[in-house]
Amino acid sequence: MKNFKPILGISLLLVAGLCVIAADHIDAPAVTGGTSDITDFYAFQGENPDNVVFVANVQGLLSPANTANASFDENLMIEFNIDTNGDAVEDLVIQAVPKNKKMFFFGPFAPDQTGTVSTVEPKNFGGSSNVKITPFGSEAIVHTSDLGMKFFAGPRDDPFFFDFAQFTAILSGNAGSFNDPGMDTFAGTNVLSVVVEVPKSMIGGSGSVNTWVETKRKQ
Amino acid sequence: MKFRTIKIAALSLVVAATAYNCSNEKMDNTYEIEGVDSVGNTIKGTYIQEDQMARPAVNTVFVSSGSKDAFNTTVPSNQGAAFQSMFQNNLLALNPGYTRNALGLDAATFTSVLATDVLTLSLDGTTTFFDGTNVLTGRALADDVITVELILIFGGPDALTGMPQNVGLIDDHVDGNDVAFSSSFPYLASPHLQ
Repeated sequence: MKNFKPILGISLLLVAGLCVIAADHIDAPAVTGGTSDITDFYAFQGENPDNVVFVANVQGLLSPANTANASFDENLMIEFNIDTNGDAVEDLVIQAVPKNKKMFFFGPFAPDQTGTVSTVEPKNFGGSSNVKITPFGSEAIVHTSDLGMKFFAGPRDDPFFFDFAQFTAILSGNAGSFNDPGMDTFAGTNVLSVVVEVPKSMIGGSGSVNTWVETKRKQ
Repeated sequence: MKFRTIKIAALSLVVAATAYNCSNEKMDNTYEIEGVDSVGNTIKGTYIQEDQMARPAVNTVFVSSGSKDAFNTTVPSNQGAAFQSMFQNNLLALNPGYTRNALGLDAATFTSVLATDVLTLSLDGTTTFFDGTNVLTGRALADDVITVELILIFGGPDALTGMPQNVGLIDDHVDGNDVAFSSSFPYLASPHLQ
């Protein structure tokens, strides 16, 4: 009965309505099952240590069969936010907007307006890049810009791993612990990924930044 | 409560919605890349936020069901004030015996850190969620973030010094991805084809 109390606590929380999946897959009613549902966000140093990499994944839990027909929503922007001075307000953004089988990228630039409203403006078109969205089944198409940024957009294996099924069993009171070995609930599933590599010198150079990703719908 | 049934239903909805949302794209490698000038008029405009994310599983685990959409549209600089107490209540519901975690953080401090959902990224070296030495300097693809979070939620103050609490809950024993990552851009593995 060692685990009774935490499990009871978990069950109470479950009853309170925790009914969700994993990293950020299907995290909230307004986005679940839609094209704006972010599944994961990664930020790490690149193969070239002068660069960092941002990864945003959307539309998770795609079976291979469904991946062939999955596509980015042309009314949806994926926006990487970068706070360079520690106040949790973005100082720079990198915007990704799909159109005509290509992903267009703007930034990093300092937005006129921070927060939940963003704009795509012709004044930023001059510094834009784009990459053809890699079709399902094709080799990854990569574009490298004159400034040393790299871009990718298209289906990938979902890099997330978690024995969510057993976690669910624990939450529901049907199990008292994880199994060893566990089973990766996300094995064999795909996501739609946007990957951007950017020289550190373009986002502050040294120290630390705070980062997060947003999806925003065209009005 | 048939949570598995709910999960399966949710998965079914996703599959259905995905199929519904998608157009039939042909695998066509022939068209040329054009600049933004050709599409600028159709993509310029105003965009309003629907989802956001930084650290993994934060909204999933710590935000109560009725507040998940609100969390996704609250700017990070306002999240602490709006959600810290909810995070603390849900942490203590998950683990009523929580005192401090392996980082030495009590419930108020730990949830204060979590509620402002940004991912710190070091520009000076190792980038990892946690590798035994570096804490929250980024999130690499191979980082076992769920086990780290389970340890911090359930493992107690001595989880990493040989005396973990709730030993059956602090590791899901899935330690890596099902396919290998690449060391080169775009780093993520090719999609499963079948």
